[in-house]
Amino acid sequence: MMNKTMRVILMGVLAVSMAACKSKPEKVDPPAPDPVREQPVTPPVVNDGKYTADSLNSDSCLRQRVVYFDFDQADIKSEAAEIVACHGKYLKDLPGAKMTLEGHADERGSREYNMGLGERRGNAVSSALQANGGSSAQITVNSYGEERPTCSESDETCWGKNRRVEIVYTQAQ
Amino acid sequence: MPKTISVNMRAWFVSLLLLLGSMPVFAQGLVVPPVSGSPTARPITIVPFAYEGAGLPLETDIAAVVTGDLNRSGQFNALGRDNIIEYPVRASELRFDTWRMLKQDYIVIGRVLDGTEGSVRIEFELYDVGTRKRLFGLALPARRADLRAASHQIADYVYEKITGIRGAFWTRMAYVTSTGLGKNTQYALMVADSDGYNPQVVVRSGEPLLSPAWSPDSKKLAYVSFERGSSSIYLQELTTGSRQILASYRGINGAPAFSPDGTRIALTLSQTGNPEIYIMDLATRRTTQITKHYSIDTEAIWTPDGQNLIFTSDRAGKPQLYQVSAAGGEPTRLSSKGEYNARPTISGDGKKIAMAQGAGNVYRIAVLDRSRGGADYTMLSPGNLDESPSFAPNGSMVLYAAREGQRGVLYAVSADGRVRQRLVLADGDVREPAWSPFRQR
Repeated sequence: MMNKTMRVILMGVLAVSMAACKSKPEKVDPPAPDPVREQPVTPPVVNDGKYTADSLNSDSCLRQRVVYFDFDQADIKSEAAEIVACHGKYLKDLPGAKMTLEGHADERGSREYNMGLGERRGNAVSSALQANGGSSAQITVNSYGEERPTCSESDETCWGKNRRVEIVYTQAQ
Repeated sequence: MPKTISVNMRAWFVSLLLLLGSMPVFAQGLVVPPVSGSPTARPITIVPFAYEGAGLPLETDIAAVVTGDLNRSGQFNALGRDNIIEYPVRASELRFDTWRMLKQDYIVIGRVLDGTEGSVRIEFELYDVGTRKRLFGLALPARRADLRAASHQIADYVYEKITGIRGAFWTRMAYVTSTGLGKNTQYALMVADSDGYNPQVVVRSGEPLLSPAWSPDSKKLAYVSFERGSSSIYLQELTTGSRQILASYRGINGAPAFSPDGTRIALTLSQTGNPEIYIMDLATRRTTQITKHYSIDTEAIWTPDGQNLIFTSDRAGKPQLYQVSAAGGEPTRLSSKGEYNARPTISGDGKKIAMAQGAGNVYRIAVLDRSRGGADYTMLSPGNLDESPSFAPNGSMVLYAAREGQRGVLYAVSADGRVRQRLVLADGDVREPAWSPFRQR
């Protein structure tokens, strides 16, 4: 709430000062240091249209529902940042939406430890979604450990597919 | 002499019938390849037992079951059937010179008589070939349907009389099977004899089942099931099938382990946000939090005195084993070697701790002998993806899970690592063996 109000005021101030510049093109003196211009000016949100429930099927980013991880790691990799950002925005735009984050691990190591690892990955995605606008009340983390692999070969290609968090919407809006 | 020959023929006939009669069981259950004993172990001969009753031939080759048990232990090297040249059934027929010539230290002979109401009476004797002395003899009543159980008990007696250590062949194992992939996977929690025979379904589910744990009286299993959507811990009575939910908190409910006296259960809960070790009092169902750390703490087991827990934690970055008092307090690190140590199991005397030890992409079963200064590791398995070790109640053997191709298989290995036998389910994936405690005779 505070953020939105602040942004509106700042945009207003910016617009006034730009208009002032236009009306006096002959002025050569640099404008007095303006506290507004010291602030990092965030570009306006590209997609200022909000997501709708239909976006889950139509939006190319929202259609991606799997986040992959490195071995024994729960850090969100940079290539997953876009997925996490759009799903976080979806949760923000549709406050009634709910999802389960199913955390998974590859077959290496012990099963109960991998249960913990799957949960840690689910929690990492949950935190990232909340940083992008989602709320904790919309997200449930459920770890399956290594019990639900998508493939069963014992090699890195398959392990990489199994180390994942699956985003499962339980309520679209 | 003619009598010996007729017994011989009869023994072979019995073996043949056994083979034919038991084939359907093989097809549905565990395929157990024959195992030969360790060449450096004690030489012993189990002479085929003769059936001297009037009923149908027996469906179980008692001597073959005893031979398989003793060989698998790594402590004995039983003479193969092809090398048995005489078939004494009672002491009067026993010629020690023959067995001395065959370099045998011990010999077991026996016969089966008809008992009351269709049951049988197994009489067997154990002799020391060198001293020609009878070390032990017993008459064991048994139902015809329970001859494998009786055979395992005979193996236990023989093992104990010679080694001085209680045998653990007349025990069972629990394990989990799965068939299919992804959402179509079917899971089953099974219980079988310690040699993999007589597999029976405890529970089936379309959702994951894992982490079976025996109650100290062998009558109940605690396990984790996802049938309610997320993990819950169940407690099930084996004879009645009746069960109850022990824990179904938010997050992980996992890794149950009974205290040695059976009154408490250690478990893992992540209701606070990350996995921690708790102890639940089974009478009151009240839980006490034991660990408190932002890392993953799980897979607790009890030391045999019930005073401490040993568990897996990645508080130092990678999973390692730690010990903590069952009353709580600061854990101390226990595993010192290897980048990945998890899933501990402890021998009944508390001296040996087996674990899954990882280095790079290779996971093997390692045993730490704490009686020898605490840094003495023995590798029990060759890898590459070995896990879930479980000690026999007498500490003589370890069951573990391995991957071969795309499926999981179980191995039984002697505690010195010298003898390994594979137990494979004919269909699907087998994992998480849990060796039962001793059964009450």
